[in-house]
Amino acid sequence: MTGGTPVLNTPHAGPAPLMRRILLQGRYETLTMIRNGEQLILAVIMPLLALVGLTVTPLLDGLGANRVDIATPGVLALCAMSTAFTGQGIATGFDRRYGVLRFLSTTPLGRTGLIAGKIIAVLAVLVLQVLVIGAVAALLGWHPRPEGWLPGLGLLVLGAAAFTALGLLVAGTVRPEATLAITNLLWILLGALGGIVVPAERLPDLAQNIVHFLPSGALGQSLRDAFLHGNVSLPYVLVLLLWTVVPGAAAVRWFKWN
Amino acid sequence: MRSPESPVLTIDGLIKDVGPLASLDGKMLRVVSGLSMFAERGQITALLGANGAGKTTTLECAQGLQKRTGGRIDLLGEDPDTAGANLRSRVGVMLQDGGLPPSARPIPLLRHIAGMYQSPLPLDGIIERLGIDTFSRTGVRRLSGGQKQRLSLAAALIGNPEVLFLDEPSAGLDPQSRQVVFELIAELRDAGMGIILTTHLMDDAQRLADYVYIIDAGRNVAEGTVADLLSHGHEAMDGVTERTLFFDAPAGLDIAAAIGNELTITESRAGSYAIAGTLTPEHLAKLTAWWAEKGIMPASLRLEARSLEDVFLDISGRDIR
Repeated sequence: MTGGTPVLNTPHAGPAPLMRRILLQGRYETLTMIRNGEQLILAVIMPLLALVGLTVTPLLDGLGANRVDIATPGVLALCAMSTAFTGQGIATGFDRRYGVLRFLSTTPLGRTGLIAGKIIAVLAVLVLQVLVIGAVAALLGWHPRPEGWLPGLGLLVLGAAAFTALGLLVAGTVRPEATLAITNLLWILLGALGGIVVPAERLPDLAQNIVHFLPSGALGQSLRDAFLHGNVSLPYVLVLLLWTVVPGAAAVRWFKWN
Repeated sequence: MRSPESPVLTIDGLIKDVGPLASLDGKMLRVVSGLSMFAERGQITALLGANGAGKTTTLECAQGLQKRTGGRIDLLGEDPDTAGANLRSRVGVMLQDGGLPPSARPIPLLRHIAGMYQSPLPLDGIIERLGIDTFSRTGVRRLSGGQKQRLSLAAALIGNPEVLFLDEPSAGLDPQSRQVVFELIAELRDAGMGIILTTHLMDDAQRLADYVYIIDAGRNVAEGTVADLLSHGHEAMDGVTERTLFFDAPAGLDIAAAIGNELTITESRAGSYAIAGTLTPEHLAKLTAWWAEKGIMPASLRLEARSLEDVFLDISGRDIR
């Protein structure tokens, strides 16, 4: 430390442009997510294990031509849940605890920019997940319907929006330790029984009726429809939209910044 | 009292309720009730008060972090509750709990924050000035309290703000860091920045502030320059203010025999004396004459004026709440 260097107070020039602020925050959040070991396990390792597990076991036999075609869309849906709900929810919960959200919302970034940055980070990590899972699935013999890609990716983004809204709602209303517990528990429960990787037909009767209305089931089933048959089922789109709008509005209403 | 000349912040009758709280049977708690203040450009304005007095809440309402219940706030001509990125770019904030992501490293973090501004201050100058280069390879999680404070100050300054809010800026600082941080704050004031800080340490206010608002239970209880406040309640005494004389000498001396009983004489430890009250030159003459007569030479001798802490305790009461 020296006393010599003057810190000049030159005339003020204002904030950086909005898009630049949001993209900067998006890049920063993406790098933070990718550098976090636990997040990587959740975002990449667990979905890869699910993919390989479902491909080498007979769990999905009888539902289609081959196992990997049925497994991969569900695993992509699982990726969206890992990143948007559990990963991003936990990160936001702890950012809230440490005052990071409050500090950043006093900078030109603001609250809107902060949320926009998180959404960019979720999408960026999701792109990486699709590339990794898609490549491994291709090696395992995945042959998606070419016309399934466009609706499939659209649904994946919609699913990520729903899970981001849910993750922010949890992270913004309960303590970070509770966010950690809730989002991890729901990841396991919805992952196993939510119709996400295991299609509704293979679930217990009770679960079968419910999963179509859950974001996990709606995303998993609709992605299988898209990549297996190349079609989009509107009811699932509506379910996902509802799971985006309602928790999103609740998060806007009840999110506590400190 | 003074009237505003070029205020950067004006708060008028601020009211802030929090809750409902279960501990109050679901009622709201009023943490700020009718507080008013203003802060000038090129000055350091201090909010001084005990923990829980409402200082941080007041600051957070001014920063737009908390929505006020009532009253008016004008920050650089805008209402912080509705202001956008333009106002935020002109205001630097150092929060009490830092608000730095634990996994970040200092320099990439500062560079990231600097990117939010059109024309931030040169990073190297701030890094060197606040000694951040000495811990640039350590993650925020592992920084000491003082290092975190210096980094938080850098983060608040990087956008070259016109107004700087500092919530308890000296918390956790070692004496060297404190010196560096205080010098920088004073220099920024001299460069024309309007600085508003909170502190519960009288010494901070005494060393830094041009104008002090003493806050208690969410209200203004006194205000003025440090000099004004130090003479509080003593204007009638022809400039004589209370002082305390401290000295170390042989234990068990009967000081009252030398100077009489009108002052408060205490021997806190054996041989460690304090004489407090309205000390006059006559008192000092009597005491030193008595020492000469008895052949006593004190090992140490210190005369102190009334401190801001005394003023604060006089005003807000000596009870611990």
